[in-house]
Amino acid sequence: MAVQSSTRPEVAPGQRRGGSQLPMEPQRSKGVLGRLDIKYSPYLYIAPFFVVFGIFGLWPLIYTLRMSLYDWDLGSTIETAKFVGFDNFAMFLGDEDFWNSVVNTLAMFLMSTIPQLILALILANALNKRLRGRTLLRMGVLIPNITSVAAVAIVFTQLYNRDFGLINWFLGFFGVDPIDWTAHSWSSWVAISSMVDWRWTGYNALIFLAAMQSIPRDIYESASIDGASAWRQFWTMTVPMLRPTIIFVTIISTIGGLQLYGEPLLFTGGGNPLLGGSDRQSQTVTMFLMEQFYMKFELGRAATVAWLLFIMILIFSVINFLFTRSLRSADGKAKQRKVAR
Amino acid sequence: MSTNLRRRSFAAIALAAAVTLGAAACSSEEPGNGTTEQITLNVDVFGNFGYEELYKQYMAEHPNIKIVERGTGSQLDAHNQQLTQRLAAGAGAGDIVALEEGVIISYLDKANLFTDLGEFGAKDLAGNFIPWKFQQGTTADGKILGLGTDVGSMAMCYRTDLFKKAGLPTDRAAVSALWPTWDDYIKTGQTFKSKVKDAGFIDAVTNTYNTILMQKAGQGAGYTYFDKSGAMTIDTNPAVKDSYDLAVKILDAGLSAKLQAWTQEWNNGFKQAQFATIACPAWMTGYITEQNGADGKGKWDIAAAPGGGGNWGGSFLAVPKQSKHAKEAAELVKFLTNPAGQTAAFKSKGNLPSSPQALGDAAVKAAVNEYFSNAPTGDIFAKGALDLKPVYLGAKNAPVRTAVENALRTVEQGTKSSADAWTAAVTDGKKAAQ
Repeated sequence: MAVQSSTRPEVAPGQRRGGSQLPMEPQRSKGVLGRLDIKYSPYLYIAPFFVVFGIFGLWPLIYTLRMSLYDWDLGSTIETAKFVGFDNFAMFLGDEDFWNSVVNTLAMFLMSTIPQLILALILANALNKRLRGRTLLRMGVLIPNITSVAAVAIVFTQLYNRDFGLINWFLGFFGVDPIDWTAHSWSSWVAISSMVDWRWTGYNALIFLAAMQSIPRDIYESASIDGASAWRQFWTMTVPMLRPTIIFVTIISTIGGLQLYGEPLLFTGGGNPLLGGSDRQSQTVTMFLMEQFYMKFELGRAATVAWLLFIMILIFSVINFLFTRSLRSADGKAKQRKVAR
Repeated sequence: MSTNLRRRSFAAIALAAAVTLGAAACSSEEPGNGTTEQITLNVDVFGNFGYEELYKQYMAEHPNIKIVERGTGSQLDAHNQQLTQRLAAGAGAGDIVALEEGVIISYLDKANLFTDLGEFGAKDLAGNFIPWKFQQGTTADGKILGLGTDVGSMAMCYRTDLFKKAGLPTDRAAVSALWPTWDDYIKTGQTFKSKVKDAGFIDAVTNTYNTILMQKAGQGAGYTYFDKSGAMTIDTNPAVKDSYDLAVKILDAGLSAKLQAWTQEWNNGFKQAQFATIACPAWMTGYITEQNGADGKGKWDIAAAPGGGGNWGGSFLAVPKQSKHAKEAAELVKFLTNPAGQTAAFKSKGNLPSSPQALGDAAVKAAVNEYFSNAPTGDIFAKGALDLKPVYLGAKNAPVRTAVENALRTVEQGTKSSADAWTAAVTDGKKAAQ
């Protein structure tokens, strides 16, 4: 890392002294304008992001936090809303419906992410082989991802239909009675997770595939010469070398999984889909948030749920980060050992 | 070196662009105002209200007013969400907004968001509306939030093909005579189920439960989950428990096809003839026609609902406080919802009037529906709407109703006993009311 950065003559935005300090900028620019340019234009380049983020990211975040501390009804303003401190937070932390939505979200997150990443790995490994029409197949795995959630949900709802669904028909051959998929928690979790997997497995497979292609071919060749089977090569060489990519994909899936909304909403269907079914079987945290806003008109409480969700994602990201760091240090040690040998 | 030069000139361009943009942003000014008296009224609707001709007439009579209808053909859910957002933001809502029955009730305790139409003479118009319809748009302290457009009313649609299969009469007068009460309806259902095994007698129990509750509340205390002081009465009002028990009785008799309304399964149920009867407001006839398609033509008919009249759906027009033209908007609301306006809307899109005068109009009375074996829909639904007694619904009616509906659905799905589900309904209902 250190070697790389010293060879790049970037204009350092943090440089405090004049332009003459920069290695690639000799005394050529003498005008005031030139100096200003060198000193401040980098800030201008990055400014659009921070301005846009400030308006659409940071400000709503702060405003939401403020709202979450009020009993803020539809039609309230900051003057008329009643300040309640952390009462909203306390209320939800003691609310079994909130925890039910957390459990649903985590259950669907685990049930969708684990099989999804394993499948994506296997799929990427297969696509990494020499195949006929390789590009076509590689493009093909992305098709479920470019299909709209609504279309996917409609098709899957039909597949999981109680009376005429393909899945119940298939299970019927094994003597399983028709399952009312929306009636129970576990069954709606299965259905929704499969929907998520259908959409995102191909996408993750492509990311894995890109990483796999950066692994040098010769180590596989020498492994083959040493007599390692394809499976052994996959598990002891490919997977460990993909670790950073696996971690990246896991973090992205975590953020997406904890914000799950479209699939359960459309799968629930009916008149009040935000509740996630007759007994809140598939209500995720995001749906719970929307329920506070659109069904109860409690804007303050909706803001509270938004912050609770934010905190939840932060916690998971920290866990991911710690996990990443321990893995990286393990990596480093392994490399050092290699070099020592 | 050349790279550096290019980079620097790019920086200069970026700087210049940023400065120009900033200047442009500053120089964009409001166009001159006060040059014209022209007023534009935005009307936010969902679906089809059938007001095109009325707008033309009104604009001809009031040359300074231009009416723009927005959201024509949109879904109710999308319309409601957008309205909630605009009310929360304090800007963007139309000068007139359509509020569906369930929606206007939930805004009753947020009357400060809307103009009190009583200030513009709406109090004198009570006679233009069916009493319960006028009451739904009025707050407990007498503010008029919205004036009624159409009503759903209530009847019972049934499949003549399935009735024939079960050896039941198919003529609408004879079918109506089968079920003067809900107990008779259940008996008929049992007869039906003993002959036809592969279809339910009813699609699902929830919408029927709501009809029963409105009837029982009208005959009893005159309110459902909340009394007029706003106190929760879910476990003290006998009408609620009686209706719940009756709904459970329908389930226990095995009459339900267990198809939740508005789901794919439910839509399939129409096509596959999975149920013989369905609680049927006027607009439901359109939904059945659409779902069942050409195959179903002549296989359906309409009888009276058991237990008397009822209602499901229908809308109101209201003027949000944020409108800058409250007076003009209120005048237009009065024009669109008067008996002549309602009759015109019926002729245009078939929306059943909420005005007794319009319901008595020859054109409404003579209307028949070809798809439903030429049933005299105007007459049947007018009767269903006029038979219903006024019932007071609290502002938190919708979430409490949902809680009870969901409890009934857990009984229907077999995941809870009726006693457990009732306990859950009371607990969840009380929680939803907070």
